Amino acid sequence: MSLQTETETKRSFNQIGTRPVRPDGIDKVTGRARFGADMEMPGMLHGLVLRSPHPHAKVKSIDISRAAKLAGVKAIVTRDDFKMPKDKDLVDICANIMARDKVLYDGHAVAAVAATTKAIAREALKRIKVEYEILPHVTDVDEAMKPGAPILHKGMRTGGMDTKPRKDSNVVKRYKFGHGDVEKGFKQADIVIERSFKTAATHQGYIEPHACLASIGPDGQGDLWVCTQGHYMVRNVCAGLLGLDVSQLRVTASEIGGGFGGKTTVFIEPLALALSRKANRPVKMVMSRDEVFRATGPTSSTSMDVKIGATKDGRITAAHAELRFQGGAFAGSPVSMGAMTAFACYDLKNVQSIGYDVVTNRPKQAAYRAPGAPMAAFAVESVIDELASKLGMDGLEFRILNAAGEGTKSSYGPTFGPIGLKTTLEKAKSHAHNKAKLGKNQGRGIACGFWFNFAGNTCVSLNLQLDGTIALSVGTPDIGGSRASMSLMAAEELGVPYDKVRTIVADTASLGYNDVTDGSRTTFAAGLATIEAARDAIGKMCGRAAKVWGIPADAVKWENGYAKPAGPNAGAFKPMSMAEIAAIAHKTGGPIAGHYEINADGAGVSFATHIVDSEVDPETGRVTILRYTVLQDAGKAIHPDYVEGQYQGGAVQGIGWAINEEYIYGEDGRLQNAGFLDYRIPVASDLPMIDTVILEIPNPGHPYGVRGVGETSIVPPLAAIANSVSNAAGVRLTELPMSPPKVLKAIGEHNRA
Amino acid sequence: MSQIHVSTTINGDQAEFLCDADETLLDVLRDRLGLTGSKEGCGTGDCGACSVTVDGRLVCSCLMLGAEAEGREIGTIEGLANGDELHPLQTKFLEHAALQCGICTPGFLVAAKSLLEHNPKPTETEVRYWLAGNLCRCTGYDKIVRAVMDAAKEMRKA
Repeated sequence: MSLQTETETKRSFNQIGTRPVRPDGIDKVTGRARFGADMEMPGMLHGLVLRSPHPHAKVKSIDISRAAKLAGVKAIVTRDDFKMPKDKDLVDICANIMARDKVLYDGHAVAAVAATTKAIAREALKRIKVEYEILPHVTDVDEAMKPGAPILHKGMRTGGMDTKPRKDSNVVKRYKFGHGDVEKGFKQADIVIERSFKTAATHQGYIEPHACLASIGPDGQGDLWVCTQGHYMVRNVCAGLLGLDVSQLRVTASEIGGGFGGKTTVFIEPLALALSRKANRPVKMVMSRDEVFRATGPTSSTSMDVKIGATKDGRITAAHAELRFQGGAFAGSPVSMGAMTAFACYDLKNVQSIGYDVVTNRPKQAAYRAPGAPMAAFAVESVIDELASKLGMDGLEFRILNAAGEGTKSSYGPTFGPIGLKTTLEKAKSHAHNKAKLGKNQGRGIACGFWFNFAGNTCVSLNLQLDGTIALSVGTPDIGGSRASMSLMAAEELGVPYDKVRTIVADTASLGYNDVTDGSRTTFAAGLATIEAARDAIGKMCGRAAKVWGIPADAVKWENGYAKPAGPNAGAFKPMSMAEIAAIAHKTGGPIAGHYEINADGAGVSFATHIVDSEVDPETGRVTILRYTVLQDAGKAIHPDYVEGQYQGGAVQGIGWAINEEYIYGEDGRLQNAGFLDYRIPVASDLPMIDTVILEIPNPGHPYGVRGVGETSIVPPLAAIANSVSNAAGVRLTELPMSPPKVLKAIGEHNRA
Repeated sequence: MSQIHVSTTINGDQAEFLCDADETLLDVLRDRLGLTGSKEGCGTGDCGACSVTVDGRLVCSCLMLGAEAEGREIGTIEGLANGDELHPLQTKFLEHAALQCGICTPGFLVAAKSLLEHNPKPTETEVRYWLAGNLCRCTGYDKIVRAVMDAAKEMRKA
């Protein structure tokens, strides 16, 4: 692992870039850390959900009478307990957490029960009688788009079309991005390659199932403990669904056992609150793994066509993509982001990408790490690779020649500022991995990837304690070590040791609204707010010192944790430490705290290049990953261990997506592999070490240059591995996962041809 | 349904509990004994987050009944540290940043401890295969494998 600072930021750092132990570390290695399912309350009930076994059916009636009579059952809720909210953003969420007139997928909730024991709750579920009228279903994206396909939502007409559609459709909306004249561009090309691709739906696969503990009284005051990526979002959505005042519901984020985007919405939380309100007792709900697979968000499965043309000397003249993503039973697949990111790595005169958002009888997709981008990159980077090869050019050279740089008008609209794509490609070219020899049946693949990175609403409080140490409160759940990064940034700015700062994730009553921890935004946005809150506190501490010294506040400066006279004219005073300022705060104006609130902008986009070697067993079709290198721009790595961790984790999720993982539906529309045995995520023995190179091209939008790092790392792997496997097998693989049967079939067809 | 009375030893301490016949050891540890360090990731023995030792043997506590703990010696994550002294594996996991979310960490530590008791000098491949029953979705296993190798090295010195 190496860390190369490509461009020196003007500022030199004392603590940023070091690798201290994370503040939540001891709790997590001793088993003390409390996750979603680790909380209990006196008088607590256990809640369970009854789920549809059918992919598409009318719910004619729900009879709860036999269940309600069972001793120990304290509350049952069904669709009758949830009024359709007026807020149109909540309508689909409401219909997803509890089915209304129809169930739309295998696993759709139809009732929930709270009982004194789990055993009684299980028995109660068996006693609920649901009468279904089974309807025809569709789970494949291309099938769902065909005329005559079973329609999920009456009245759904495709948006974004040139002419207003006159028939109901499963196509929610068409998206269109690009610029230039694509037809003209293809005419200028000497060579054009057009291919079609498919990817299976994969699940985020966090190891911690969804869990929560709700307690709400008849007065409408409630508390909710929950594993989530955004407890403010949970509060607002649940308050909306239950008709509560937002301020009356306090949500506390537990430790979170992985999310990857999958914990950015609600499933059981409103059910637990509704049960608790009805029973007037706390209710704990924990999903089983089967429920996680059947009823929470996997990502989209996709079908895509990509066409790219280039001249003989290797310049791309035109690029076109049509992406079709099914997003499960409700609108909102990430196809728009797929279409926006598809060609973002390239400097193109003529480019167009079109996306179709499609509904099917599958669970509603949820965000999965750089939603939409990995699939689009798989299709585009596969064609780029084939094009380079047909042109007789090295894949890295071809990409460098066409790469986006500062000033490039991106395929999705904005013009790029300083970006690191070319640097990742150049470093890949000179990396030892790129020069290593390959053996028989082995192949090397490379691919690039792009992600926007988000910023958003953020609110932070930093309290100076009586002894001069710091309590920092943030509102963004820590999913990968962000408390360590926040402590580092506060310590750096204040000039105090890292261990003098304790960062906590505060509940929803303690801070203003914070957006969800998503879009790789936390280290950027909460970090920015932390730095600004520290600056706010510094200003106040300088003011207090000025008061003591009897000089103007602007005659005091802050240096390495001390207030000092700004210059010789300010007077000769002994510098005051934070501890000294804190100790006399009660005499100088009271407690000292720094705050910052912002709807942040300026998240720097980021790019990565991945190199992967694989071996294909021609007898079995099995793919083995032999070597893997991630080169990615972090802007500035605050805590390099956790930056490397994001690079490695993203790459390995990509490996699973590329060669193993898929949602398998039977003819009956039921999910056939709802468990970790049959839905196989990568295990330690499947993998090599994942080598990382952190590049630092500062983001001008952040005081320390930070760019988000969490998501970009999953964008290139599908394509890089497909390119590697295609090179190893001698035949182009266009469908994921590249499981042994598919690889064998491709090799067989190629040999016969 | 009448409950079963069980006497067992957990992390060296005597423990007694009543449990239902169909209750797993994991449920008993978490819901009856307050030992929530063992996690349920799947309930089917596929993820290893509930790993414990039973008479020194590594098992998934979700696949064993609570009643089967009678007379056994159970070891859980809560017994890994000795007072305020962390086990070398715990220290190395922290030093190597071998965890992100931390939900799988207790299971990995219990499994790795068991590995090092059986094989104090494992190769990287042996570490990877021994830990193949423990799923981690965050780290890609790189830092976990390094931490275990490093802890093994340190423990051999001791």
